[in-house]
Amino acid sequence: MSERLAEARQVSVSFAGREALKAVDFSIRRGEIVSLIGPNGSGKSTLVRVLLGLLRPDRGSVARAPDLKVGYVPQRLALDASLPLPVAGLLSLPTRRPEAERRQALAEVGVPHLWDAQIHELSGGELQRVMLARAILRGSDLLVLDEPASAVDVAGQAALFDLIGRVRDRRGCGVLLVSHNLHVVMAGADRVVCLNHHVCCTGSPEAVGLDPSFAELFGGSARALGLYHHHHDHDHALSGETAPPATGTGG
Amino acid sequence: MLDDFLLRALAAGIGVALLAGPLGCFVVWRRMAYLGDSLAHSALLGIAIGLLLDLEATLAIVFAGLAFAVLLVGLQQQRQLATDTLLGLLAHSGLAIGLVVLSFAEGVRVDLMGYLFGDVLAVRSRDLLWIWGGGALLVGVLAALWRPLLLATLQEDMARAEGQPVLALRFALTLLLALTVALAMKVVGILLITSLLIVPAAAARPLARTPVAMALIAAAAGSLSVAGGIGGSYLADTPTGPSIVVAALLLFLLSQAASALARRARAA
Repeated sequence: MSERLAEARQVSVSFAGREALKAVDFSIRRGEIVSLIGPNGSGKSTLVRVLLGLLRPDRGSVARAPDLKVGYVPQRLALDASLPLPVAGLLSLPTRRPEAERRQALAEVGVPHLWDAQIHELSGGELQRVMLARAILRGSDLLVLDEPASAVDVAGQAALFDLIGRVRDRRGCGVLLVSHNLHVVMAGADRVVCLNHHVCCTGSPEAVGLDPSFAELFGGSARALGLYHHHHDHDHALSGETAPPATGTGG
Repeated sequence: MLDDFLLRALAAGIGVALLAGPLGCFVVWRRMAYLGDSLAHSALLGIAIGLLLDLEATLAIVFAGLAFAVLLVGLQQQRQLATDTLLGLLAHSGLAIGLVVLSFAEGVRVDLMGYLFGDVLAVRSRDLLWIWGGGALLVGVLAALWRPLLLATLQEDMARAEGQPVLALRFALTLLLALTVALAMKVVGILLITSLLIVPAAAARPLARTPVAMALIAAAAGSLSVAGGIGGSYLADTPTGPSIVVAALLLFLLSQAASALARRARAA
């Protein structure tokens, strides 16, 4: 097995008495693309923050590879047009990088022509690639992409996931895709973890797609994928808690 | 021949402008104008306490700014009131308590107008030492934190995930602002300090394509405003602090007009 980059064991987190994560197990290894999917408010970003060491869990433990370098690709930036910043400058944050390295990283993600472009003028897809180039440039062991599909259209999404696969092959890093949009993030992943405060199901994209709890969680969208399967091992109450089965009202 | 007091005023003003320009860029980028204002208002409380305790005014303002920053971060831990409410509360209570405390300082001659609107023509050599020594130190700190601060400005989560001490950076920036307020007070006064931070930065924006360029142009624009304001006030006998701000505003309008013309030329 390749090196384990980050692992959470039986992690629980509550905010003001509400449980965001309940005894969650999760791990990601070098060379692996893992999709973390779940509806809005299912605890995805809480789990990511715990994994990255930004949030201390109430219970359970977290382990990270020593000196783990994380490259975080956010959904969007907080910046507006008041900050003039060319792509070339962004790639030198927070430390200065040689121009040749920066140009190569841009070429690797397919946008070498954006060198002089102002960040606030980029499209969503362009910005994502530039942020990916920056993460590569830092020599990240673990790339974390937050909602990578939200800023690009369907054709752009396929190209983006191709690119992510190639980056993984070339750099041998681990990739964590976090999304509530299952259509795209599942396809290119080695492993899918479906979260709704607890881990509902996990496995290959195909196996998860057939899992009844997945269909339960995503309802209509899972049916649209032709993945719906009509058996339950548990139901979900409105709070996302696992409700006891066989009440006869599910489905 | 220029008088000594004019030269000292110029030196003080330009010293402050060279610091306020680059720092003001962060105020503009991070939308912190209100924070700068609040820090400045609460500085009056520092002055009042300084007078009562017979402390150096600059030192007293530095302490007031520190207390303000700590109090603000502490109050931000509660979740029911938004930051702008807290800032307004701290700013105006600081100003009000300061004025009340000043009224108790009997026997102490207080030039309130000097504190509110600045008195750059009364700058002494010791003030110059404060401004240039302190200013150089603060510019050095800002330069050292420049890239991490920029990263945290772009996206705090990303900076944090990559191991940047985001909270410490935010505190450092607040502290830099507080210290800048202390240094700049003589030049434009408490009520106008924020303008020295944001107007040159805003004037620099259309002319810059990189953050560093914007900081340098803002420093230059600030210095030009100081020279123009002091010169104008000398010739037309207008109050100096406000004249500096008016000069900065003219530069801002000029750069806006220039960039509008350039846009039209490109479109044609």
